[in-house]
Amino acid sequence: MTNDGRASEVDRAPEAGAGQPPEAGQPAGPGEPAGAAARSLSGRLAGLAGSLVIPILAIFSGLVIGAFVIVLSDLKVVGLWTSDPGAAFAASVRDVANAYGALFAGSLGDPGKIVAAISSGDPEQMTRALRPISESLLSATPLIFTGLSVGLGFRSGLFNIGAEGQLYVGALFAVVAGFSFAGLPPVIHIPVAIAFGFLGGALWGFVPGLLKARTGAHEVIVTIMLNYVAYRFIDLALKNAPVQREGATNPISKFVLDSAAVPFIIPGLRVTWWFVIALVAAAVISWLLFKSTKGFEFRAVGLNPHAARYAGMNIALTTVLTMVIAGGLAGLAGASVMLVPQGKLTPGFSPGYGFDAIALALLGKSRPAGIVAAAILFGVLRAGATPMQAATAIPIDLVVVVQALVIMFIAAPALVRGIYRLRLPKGAQAEVFSKGWGS
Amino acid sequence: MKLELRGITKRFPGVLANEKISLTVEPGEIHALLGENGAGKTTLMNVLYGLYHPDEGEILVDERPVHFQGPGDAIAAGIGMVHQNFMLVGVFTVTENVMLGAESVRGPVGLLDLPDARRRIVEVSERHGLRVDPDARIEDLPVGVRQRVEIIKALYRRSEVLILDEPTAVLTPQESDELFEIMRSLAASGASIIFITHKLDEVMAIADRITVLRRGRVVGTTRPAETDQEQLATMMVGRDVELVVSKPPARPGEPVLEVRGLVVRDDRDQVAVNGVDLVVRAGEIVAVAGVQGNGQTELVEAITGLRPIEAGEIRIGGRAVRPDPRQIFLAGVGHIPEDRSDNGLVAGFTVAENLVLNTYFLEPYSHGLRLDRERIVADALEAVRAFDIRTPSIFNDVANLSGGNQQKVIVAREFRRPIRALVAAQPTRGLDVGSIEYIHKRIVAKRDEGLAVLIVSTELDEVLALGDRIAVMYQGRIVGILEPAEATLERLGLLMGGAHPEDRTAEEIAALAGTITGGGAAAGGGAAAGGGAGGAP
Repeated sequence: MTNDGRASEVDRAPEAGAGQPPEAGQPAGPGEPAGAAARSLSGRLAGLAGSLVIPILAIFSGLVIGAFVIVLSDLKVVGLWTSDPGAAFAASVRDVANAYGALFAGSLGDPGKIVAAISSGDPEQMTRALRPISESLLSATPLIFTGLSVGLGFRSGLFNIGAEGQLYVGALFAVVAGFSFAGLPPVIHIPVAIAFGFLGGALWGFVPGLLKARTGAHEVIVTIMLNYVAYRFIDLALKNAPVQREGATNPISKFVLDSAAVPFIIPGLRVTWWFVIALVAAAVISWLLFKSTKGFEFRAVGLNPHAARYAGMNIALTTVLTMVIAGGLAGLAGASVMLVPQGKLTPGFSPGYGFDAIALALLGKSRPAGIVAAAILFGVLRAGATPMQAATAIPIDLVVVVQALVIMFIAAPALVRGIYRLRLPKGAQAEVFSKGWGS
Repeated sequence: MKLELRGITKRFPGVLANEKISLTVEPGEIHALLGENGAGKTTLMNVLYGLYHPDEGEILVDERPVHFQGPGDAIAAGIGMVHQNFMLVGVFTVTENVMLGAESVRGPVGLLDLPDARRRIVEVSERHGLRVDPDARIEDLPVGVRQRVEIIKALYRRSEVLILDEPTAVLTPQESDELFEIMRSLAASGASIIFITHKLDEVMAIADRITVLRRGRVVGTTRPAETDQEQLATMMVGRDVELVVSKPPARPGEPVLEVRGLVVRDDRDQVAVNGVDLVVRAGEIVAVAGVQGNGQTELVEAITGLRPIEAGEIRIGGRAVRPDPRQIFLAGVGHIPEDRSDNGLVAGFTVAENLVLNTYFLEPYSHGLRLDRERIVADALEAVRAFDIRTPSIFNDVANLSGGNQQKVIVAREFRRPIRALVAAQPTRGLDVGSIEYIHKRIVAKRDEGLAVLIVSTELDEVLALGDRIAVMYQGRIVGILEPAEATLERLGLLMGGAHPEDRTAEEIAALAGTITGGGAAAGGGAAAGGGAGGAP
């Protein structure tokens, strides 16, 4: 079919060329790139709309199947189906509405209350109305960092399963820097502690990067194994001085000093400026990938390492650099949980931020903006899960099921297209996120 | 079996791929389907093979209309297809591959009956002269033999009409000749063959009848005796085509690219290039001929820094260079790689990005870390115009371009930067006549501007058309260097096959070789060091 698409291009091209001769002689004037940019902008908008269709339908499908899970989890209603289907149906609808209602009220808040609070102007009322959103953004923050970490790896053809371990090492470095250096002013202490967090993760990314570049050791294996090393390393550190809190018998670190804590955006709400830092990080990674020479190399190596080598790019260096930056980003995820007021390190503080990140990178198609959106979605689901359980006795695990379903649909776009009878976009090809096992 | 296509029309959104195509293939006939890339040959064959349903028209087998729902129906009706990319399992034996999907079984639980399948394969291969070891593993077999396995697969399924999709694209000249023998033998036994190609000489050599397609329509049907290559080319392209680029005699200048005592190992650690000396001067084209696999690939990879050198050295403009792709690039050597999709392009990048694939880090395309997108776009628009690259936009992925246009992207990229030498490996492989003509013209024009050009090709026509001197490579050595006037097909063929031409002793060949290898050293050397055309941009 592509073959025949070409035939039409060949047919059309001379006509397109016929319109051009008046400008052909001119040097490429300023009007021309601008026109091209405009074309690319409209094209990009169309492309963006196209690329959003599948994720949105995947999320919708995940919620629909999640609804069935909710119904099945209510055993009283299940029993009712045989005796009184009408009542069972009504009860099912009510169950689903209650559960999702509580989920989204707990993560986004009640729109009516938010409007009322803002119009009343009462700060306490506003704080209360905005709390659900604050909790969602708080949950999303480390996910943005780890999602960027894994997404950057995908772009360079590397499958970084080690974001979790890098996150822990970054957290350890950040927390140590956070409770040390007493007396530093926040303007210096905060950046220094953040840099330590980045450094810790970068170190944990550098090792698999170097091993891959030097010996060809597959990064999947090495990063998985380094996760275990990181867990045990944290355990060790937390049970001994100087990291362990004085007088504590359980593994827990000292609190970070106030001078190293990134402050809350609005007092009374738990979301900190870390959320803004995460957005900045996404912007920086986006610039790096699409506007810089290094990003050009990353993407070329990821898409076709043979051609990248032919073009004179240093593949070993690119591999190491990618893993260092990816590790650093995961380290920042750890730092974002540590460097907050009353921040402390405990084993298992991460509910799998580094593993959810793989799903986020897939959901966001390894694009920083997409990863931010996906992380906020996951943050919303996570933040709403506890209020949902409190209100309806539906277990938190439902959220995990919905997340898994969304990812499954994202990973199988052909399934979504089949369900909703969508056409395959023209010129589309399977997205490759990682190279084969052996390469 | 007589096969007839009547008024086949196939539309895709916005494209009329096949328009009212009618075609009759008689039993025992070799019917060539000739057309440029994108002319609709593959679509037509996919319709015939049941992969597409025609919008209009019908297929008749022995005068009876048939409707194929899928390839299974086509196979059952006696139609077999040998795809350009073989559909074989590398770790399976020939027997296992042939029976795959049509397994012989025995016993109540349906155990595989390998001996029975093996016996039938031997029978088929002996009947048609398709020599193949039924117990060999596919991955151990050369390409030509794998193709034979594909043909056996079709015959094993009792195909009476064989569709061969560009079967010679992957073969050496010798393997092509063997394939033609097999095709003739099959036709003589009553099978019909549809032979899809865009190579004119092959059509003239083998076809009984020729149907030419252009832009989805039948331009005409003819016989080799009633036509010639020029006429076919005109039918195919729709305008007159120069099959051989006319070029003035070369005026060689200083040596630019010098290779001394080069020894290189291949991927299996065998010596692939064994002491090659070669000099290419400014303003001349040296063509390296040879059967695929005699070290040409490794020679090119070593010269362009992609493969480590065991011994010897490479000098560019009289200066020894470190064998690293970027260093050699900076020294002003352009490279058109052998496998454009594997090495030359990043398929997932846009046309604009591919046009700066190796210059992205230099001014004016970047300033420090920042890419200058506007400059890249502006230059890409200019390149697309100057090199007639047919693409809807420079923002399209290069993967969506035809092979000829992909090659033009590479040529544009290498020719638009200041280079003093060009290394081109199989620069026109898989391209249609129009694109070949275009690329040959561009290379000759660059030669006349003073570029030193090294071309490596397994297409003898190309070697003869472009080479100002022709070096023949055999088993990792240069076994002879010929002037175009003395390079007859026969002589080249003998050298390529490793035979010493009777009329020349080894010493004479060495002496002749000296005129372009050793002899150049004295004149070249240091003098050329400053003489380069400002290679490093």
